[in-house]
Amino acid sequence: MNVLNFIESFFSDSAHWSGYDGIPQRMWEHLQYSAAALAIAAAIGLPIGLITGHTGRGGNAMAFVAAAARALPTFGLLVLMFVWLGLSVLPVMIPLVVLAIPPILITTYEAVRTVDPSPVDAARGMGMSQAGILFQVEVPAALPLILSGLRSAAIQIVSTATIAAYVSLGGVGRYIVDGLYQRDYEKVVGGATLTAVLALFVLVVFWAVGRTAVSPGVRRHGAV
Amino acid sequence: MNGFFDIPSDLQSSYLGLISTHLQEALIPVLVGFLLSLPIGLLCVRVRWLYPPVLWTTTVIYAIPSLAFFVVLIDYTGLSKLTVMIPLCLYSLVVLVPSVVDGIRSVPEETNAAAQAMGIGLVRRYLQVQLPIAVPAIIAGLRVAAASSISLVSVGALIGNQGALGNLLTTALLYQRPVLALNSVVTTAVLAVLVDALLVLARRLLTPWMPPSDSKARRTALRTAAGPTAPDTSTTAGTARAPERAS
Repeated sequence: MNVLNFIESFFSDSAHWSGYDGIPQRMWEHLQYSAAALAIAAAIGLPIGLITGHTGRGGNAMAFVAAAARALPTFGLLVLMFVWLGLSVLPVMIPLVVLAIPPILITTYEAVRTVDPSPVDAARGMGMSQAGILFQVEVPAALPLILSGLRSAAIQIVSTATIAAYVSLGGVGRYIVDGLYQRDYEKVVGGATLTAVLALFVLVVFWAVGRTAVSPGVRRHGAV
Repeated sequence: MNGFFDIPSDLQSSYLGLISTHLQEALIPVLVGFLLSLPIGLLCVRVRWLYPPVLWTTTVIYAIPSLAFFVVLIDYTGLSKLTVMIPLCLYSLVVLVPSVVDGIRSVPEETNAAAQAMGIGLVRRYLQVQLPIAVPAIIAGLRVAAASSISLVSVGALIGNQGALGNLLTTALLYQRPVLALNSVVTTAVLAVLVDALLVLARRLLTPWMPPSDSKARRTALRTAAGPTAPDTSTTAGTARAPERAS
């Protein structure tokens, strides 16, 4: 197994574990960019998705956003922003956020809209306020789906942040891009392993969040 | 817009050549993924406990970043189109398998019973009864898979000019010609929109009994659009919707 040998020698080389190009530093950068992009995207996507889902309006607009977002090539957008805006964090943040908003927005909208109407009606009959209905009835019931939207956004951000190394951002993508230029296959494979590990780490984090945040009743009802 | 279509000669391809390579590299994997998901989907419907592990496998595969997947494959398939196409094919499964399963599950029980009573065998029932009814769900999945595949091919440019239109992005940086990057983005987006429109057209032709802009079809499309995202989405949404349909 060729690749496994490369992985082993990459990770056993102590030079890869320290300094500005060390694994901890690159991982930390990667997580920082990803978390920032996810936070911005969630700050935009969640409120809009919750409100439109609660009122049940805007289905056509959502369908349009979904179609438009799918047509946009992320990598192309990244290079284009870099060419236009020059070297800074901004040209990387824009595509990452643009990439992450649609899954969050659309899944949240769908999740809140498809909540079983009978408890919602019951809550309304009991005189709950609109905000009360949304946050105490609809959101807890829709939480597994909302989380899955956030999860897929997070995974896409983590993968795409790798490509961002191409336009001089840090993160573990550096190893892949630099390694390809230096014809250092060991470095490339090491970087690839690290990205895959990060993506799987995101899966695990969201699985854990789902376990703790989703109410047991909801979890028993639908598959989480 | 000077030089918008002026493709540098080192790409060894004309503008139209890039487009056709791009479509090839993006759509063949989706087609193969679709053919794979037909038996996998049927199996997941018939053997219920198989579905969650299959979903998790496709989710984990989907979580592997494309660039990482490409470079690991270089060792086996070299710098070829295949290196780009294999990951794209595997990625498409995360959308296509759930949409096939959802589609088959959307077949009314009476229809299945009627087919069985008419003596239609398992394979023929799948191909001639269940799949035609499953068309809206499957097309919704194909739309997402095709669009994400078209977008991802460009990343292949990073592993040595295997990105078709994405190669324009790397040359744009190399030769300081932003117009080429713009060309790449616009062309890729237009291709995605066109393929999407063709799939919508295909759905209308294949499901003549449905009104052209059926709200149910739009809803299916929207739900699938929520992601190459969330296999969980479709399961939970599927179970959540089931009682609604029964009432």
